[in-house]
Amino acid sequence: MSVDVDKAARPPQDAPPPLPEPIKAVPVRHYGRWVAALLVIAVLALLVRAFATGNVNWDAIPDYLFNSDILRGLRNTLLITVLSMVIGVVLGVILAVMRQSKNPVTSTVAWFYIWFFRGTPVYVQLFLWFNLGLVFQYIDIMPIYKDEWSDFMTPFLCALLGLGLNEAAYMAEICRAGLTAVDEGQTEAAHALGMSHGKTLRRIVVPQAMRVIVPPTGNEVINMLKTSSLVIAVQYYDLLQSAQNVGRDSGVVVEMLILAAVWYLVATSVLSVGQYYLERHYARGSSRQLPLTPLQKAKAKLSGGFNRSAAGGA
Amino acid sequence: MTDKNNKAVPMVKAEGVHKSFGAAHILKGIDLEVAPKEVFCLIGPSGSGKSTFLRCINHLEKINAGRLSVDGELVGYREHNGKLYELRDREVAARRRDIGMVFQRFNLFPHMTAVENVMEAPVQVKGESKASARERALKLLDRVGLKDKAGNYPSQLSGGQQQRVAIARALAMEPKLMLFDEPTSALDPELVGDVLDVMKDLAADGMTMVVVTHEMGFAREVGDSLVFMDDGVVVESGHPRDVLTKPQHERTKSFLSKVL
Repeated sequence: MSVDVDKAARPPQDAPPPLPEPIKAVPVRHYGRWVAALLVIAVLALLVRAFATGNVNWDAIPDYLFNSDILRGLRNTLLITVLSMVIGVVLGVILAVMRQSKNPVTSTVAWFYIWFFRGTPVYVQLFLWFNLGLVFQYIDIMPIYKDEWSDFMTPFLCALLGLGLNEAAYMAEICRAGLTAVDEGQTEAAHALGMSHGKTLRRIVVPQAMRVIVPPTGNEVINMLKTSSLVIAVQYYDLLQSAQNVGRDSGVVVEMLILAAVWYLVATSVLSVGQYYLERHYARGSSRQLPLTPLQKAKAKLSGGFNRSAAGGA
Repeated sequence: MTDKNNKAVPMVKAEGVHKSFGAAHILKGIDLEVAPKEVFCLIGPSGSGKSTFLRCINHLEKINAGRLSVDGELVGYREHNGKLYELRDREVAARRRDIGMVFQRFNLFPHMTAVENVMEAPVQVKGESKASARERALKLLDRVGLKDKAGNYPSQLSGGQQQRVAIARALAMEPKLMLFDEPTSALDPELVGDVLDVMKDLAADGMTMVVVTHEMGFAREVGDSLVFMDDGVVVESGHPRDVLTKPQHERTKSFLSKVL
C-alpha cells in the first residue's frame, strides 16, 4: 500500500493545463530589509575582526584538538552524560509510576523526591554528595563490600549520582506528562480486550507516551551534556577540566576554553541529529505520512522520482 | 448452557443495579435479562445511563448495589459461602476476554496497523502464535470488508473503516458477548451503513449483542428486544417493533416523536 500525495497532486503529463498570462507588476521594494542585512553583516564583520586580531593564539586550537588529555576528558564527559541519563530515565520512569500509584506512601515519597531534587541547584547537590563522608564514615553492604566512604565515593561516582539523581526528578515529570497525555480510551480498549495493567502500560500506553516523552528527553540529554561541566565541583576529569589543565600547562587558557566549546558544539550537534531520527520513529501512525529523512530525500533525488512511500515501512 | 430447570442461563442478568459517580446517581435499579444469541438494544436520551450500564457489564465501571452477572458469573466478584469477594485485576481481565466491546470513538491503537490492532490481544493475552493470529486477523478484516487496508495505520482510515477494524479486533478474541457503545454516533451519515451491515452480519451468525444505539432502523430490523431507559431506570421494554410503534409510556412516546 502506498499513497503518493506528490504524484496525485501533479497534473498528468500528456495534458498540460493552459496557463493564463502571469501578472506583470513592479514588486514592492523592501529597502528596510537591505539596511537591516547590511547592519547585521557589519556587526558580524567587526566581531570576527576583533577575535581574529585579538590576543588569541588561534593556531593552538587545531594543535590541541586531538590532544590525548582533551580526548580523555571528552570521553569522560560523554560517559558521564550517557550514564547519568540512563539513571535519570530509569529512575524517572519509576518515580512517574510511583506518583500515579494509588498507594499514598509511594506517591508522597515520589512527590517529595521531585520536590527536593528540583528545588536545589545541581551544583549544590554535587557538593553534598562529595561531602557525604561526614554523615557516613563507612559503607558496609555486609557480605559484598565494605570500605571507607571516601574511598568508595570516587569523583566518578559523585558525578554520576549527583547528575543522575537530579535528572531523575526532571525525567519523572516528563514521563508523567507523557503517560497522562495518552487518551483514557486507549487504556479502556486494552482492558476491554482482557489485557492486564502491566501489558496495557507496556504495549499500549508507553509506546504512545514516547511521542510526548522523546522530544523533551532529547533536550534533557543536550542539557545534561552541558550541565556535566559542573562535575568540576567533585574533581571529575571531564572535558572542561581537561581543557583547563592543558591550558594552564601550556599557557593557552582561553584557547583551550574555545576548544572545549568546539567539542561541546560537535557533541550537541550529533545528539540533535540522533533526536530527529528517534522522534521520527515514534511518530509512526500519528501522521498520515512520515516526512522523508534527509538521506531518503537525497536518494529520491538521485533516482529521479518520489515513488517510495515511507508511511508503511518505517 | 442450562441451569437446573433446563432453562437457558441468561447471557446478561441485572438485578437492581445501581451506580453513582459521587453525588450523581446514574443507574437507579436496573433489572433486565439478555438471552443467548439475542440482539438487545438500549435506547434513551443522553445521560439516561445506557452507556454507563454497558460499561458496568465488563466492569469498566464498578456497580454500587445490586447483582450483575454475565453467563451465570458475577461481574467483578466471586461468591463463596454467601460472601462476596472482590476479584483481583488478573481475574477481572480474564473474564473480559470473553466480552468484546466496541466504543463510540473506536479507540484503535494508533501506533499499530489495522492487522496489528486485530492481532494484539490474541498474541498478548491468549499467547497465540503471531503467524496464526495474523492469518485469523486477515480473515476477520476480510469479513468486515477491509482486507486491502490491513497494512494501514488508523489515521489512514476513515471513521467507518476504523470502526469496522475495531469490531474485527473485538471478534479476534472469539467473545461470547459483544457490547456496542453507540458504534455509529461518531460517523458521517454515509459511513453508518457499512458498520451496521457488519453488525447485522454478526447478528445473523448468532452472536449475543448488547447495542446502545440511536439507530432506530437497526433496532427495528435486527433487534430481538429493546429497552428504553430514562434517568437511570428502565421505562419500557419489549420487542422493538412493539416499543417503537406502540409505546405505552408518555416518556417513550415523546422521546420517539423526537428521534423518529
